[in-house]
Amino acid sequence: MSLTKLLLIWPGSPVLSMLIWIVVMVVLLYLARTPAHKAIHSLARVIHNGFRLMSRSVMLAEQKLAQRNKEVLLSAGIESVERLIEREFHRVDAVVKRDLSGYPTLHRALSDQTTKIDEDYRESSETPPPPPSWVGAVEAVANLPSQGDGTVANILNEIHKTAVSQYKTSLDEHRKAVAERHNLLKKMMPYWRRMAQTLEQVGKTITGLHERARVIDNRMTEYEEIREETNKAARMLTASSLTQFFISGFVLLIAIGGAVINFNLIALPMSEMVGGGSYIGGFKTANVAALVIILVEVAMGLYLMESLRVTRLFPIIGQMDDKMRIRMIWITFSILFVLASVEAALAFMRDQIAADMQALRQSLSAVEATGVAVNSWIPTVGQMVMGFVLPFALTFVAIPLESFVQSSRTVLGVTAAAVLRWLSFFLRLLGNVSRYCGELLVNIYDLFIFPPLWVENLIRDKKHPTEIIVEEEVS
Amino acid sequence: MKKYLALILLLLPFLWGCPDTVSHSRGVYMLLDTSGTYKKELKRAEAIINYLLGTLQPGDSMAVARIDSGSFSEKDIVAKMTFDKRPSVANQQKRLFKQKIDDFVKTAKGSAYTDITGGVLQSVEFLNEAGAGQKYILIFSDLKEELVKGQIRNFPIQVDGCNVVALNVTKLRSDNVDPREYYKRVEDWRARVEAGGGNWRIVNDLERLENIFEG
Repeated sequence: MSLTKLLLIWPGSPVLSMLIWIVVMVVLLYLARTPAHKAIHSLARVIHNGFRLMSRSVMLAEQKLAQRNKEVLLSAGIESVERLIEREFHRVDAVVKRDLSGYPTLHRALSDQTTKIDEDYRESSETPPPPPSWVGAVEAVANLPSQGDGTVANILNEIHKTAVSQYKTSLDEHRKAVAERHNLLKKMMPYWRRMAQTLEQVGKTITGLHERARVIDNRMTEYEEIREETNKAARMLTASSLTQFFISGFVLLIAIGGAVINFNLIALPMSEMVGGGSYIGGFKTANVAALVIILVEVAMGLYLMESLRVTRLFPIIGQMDDKMRIRMIWITFSILFVLASVEAALAFMRDQIAADMQALRQSLSAVEATGVAVNSWIPTVGQMVMGFVLPFALTFVAIPLESFVQSSRTVLGVTAAAVLRWLSFFLRLLGNVSRYCGELLVNIYDLFIFPPLWVENLIRDKKHPTEIIVEEEVS
Repeated sequence: MKKYLALILLLLPFLWGCPDTVSHSRGVYMLLDTSGTYKKELKRAEAIINYLLGTLQPGDSMAVARIDSGSFSEKDIVAKMTFDKRPSVANQQKRLFKQKIDDFVKTAKGSAYTDITGGVLQSVEFLNEAGAGQKYILIFSDLKEELVKGQIRNFPIQVDGCNVVALNVTKLRSDNVDPREYYKRVEDWRARVEAGGGNWRIVNDLERLENIFEG
């Protein structure tokens, strides 16, 4: 017996059978209304609570991550500011050693100059001319009554002449003395100038030190803010990390471009050394060898920068004693130099191979070389120079690489935290949607059984009409 | 976790450093039809050989053989060479190869019969011995086989993994009378090659020789 026949309650009338089934279903659903509502509600609650729990867990994870990010950021910030302060102190130390170490000499020079100036000044001081002793005699003679006596007149004339001559002599002597004093004062000029210069130099040094002190003060303020773990410091450090991330990423892209050029320079001649037909894991051995050389150069560059204490990627190198570090500098530089020389030689070989291939292609295509050839030594020398310079240029990759590695920790942390936040929101949203879906299902359920519900309401209204009126008034 | 990571990192160079056992070299065997009027086409064949010499890389193998009355013989090989892995030496070898082909084109004599099957069998032997990763058999012919009486060639040929490329398949005078002959000839060869495990291709446009190594 097929299912269709089983469902056909009223044979020959499927519509009637269907109506009967609908009535039966509605009645059954009405009877099962309360447990069905409970089941739907409990299912919705389970889903809602599950999603809420998940959202809460994700949010907790996000908070932990944010806390960790902050810690990482602040520790990186502290390290960075410490480095800056250390550098400022080194500068101050250098200024003190360079300029103020000669301060005793400077002081002595200043003292000598002051003594000299003092002596000259004393010598140049104007001595008052001796009081003229004969002035009284002249006055006495002048008071003598002449009474037309020619002798007295003569005497007075003589006295006048003598006085004039005496005056001239005194004036000459005075002028001479003044001239000498002027000369002495003139001689003092260079001493004054030298002293002014010395004082100016001291002033500059002091000003420089003052500026450094102000920078250190600012850094110390920044340092204290980071130590206090303020939000302002965290925000500033995050912004700084993002900037560093993008800038260092851009510089790294440029460096990758340089490495690709370098690779193309040495890949072809490498096939002359390791063979052009051998493969390692699907890659040409020559290409792998060229890549290895470039990577070794980058590694040597990293060690060199680390030994020079420009970067701090490998703490063990930074912690070495100076003697060992200097040895390391020389070793890495020597290896780099050798590799650069090898690259220059390979670049030369590349040019030779390329020329040979070109000649072969021309002979195969039966084309004679026409036109004026470009000076062949220019590309050769250019390639050799590039081959020599690029390894040293790649050395500086260490600086953006360090910035990139350090800032990427922050950027990745911030991104992961944002993703977790969004995930938490999404889970919460799903939880709420599931809860309202439960409500919706209950309403849809009631919609299917609306005839018996309507009847139920009618009966209830007849039984308790006052209750409804009261409820309406209250509402 | 860190231990496993360290172990993987230690093993990686060894795994990576294992020499690749798969051959990446190419082997090309070119059969030149020297029968009758086709001898005049040898200049074109020379251009194709020059293209191949310019395209093949160090470590690749190449041979050129003529198709005559009995081509299943080493005597018909005009020049064969596996190029050195160093580019400079390979270039010298290519020059030598070209010289041999030039000499052959100048002195080639026409053949009364055309034993293409024998040539194909010989080429399979050469390519297998050369250990080439990609095998190409180039047939520069009109594909019309004319055998000496008594020669047996109507058996299935084994060209597993070989790319058989027919070049410059010219239409004969009889093809013009009934083009179905041409299509039947080409179709017979295609069926024969594919039944033998090879890939069949025709390149008639000699301006697009790069199609030889495609597919």
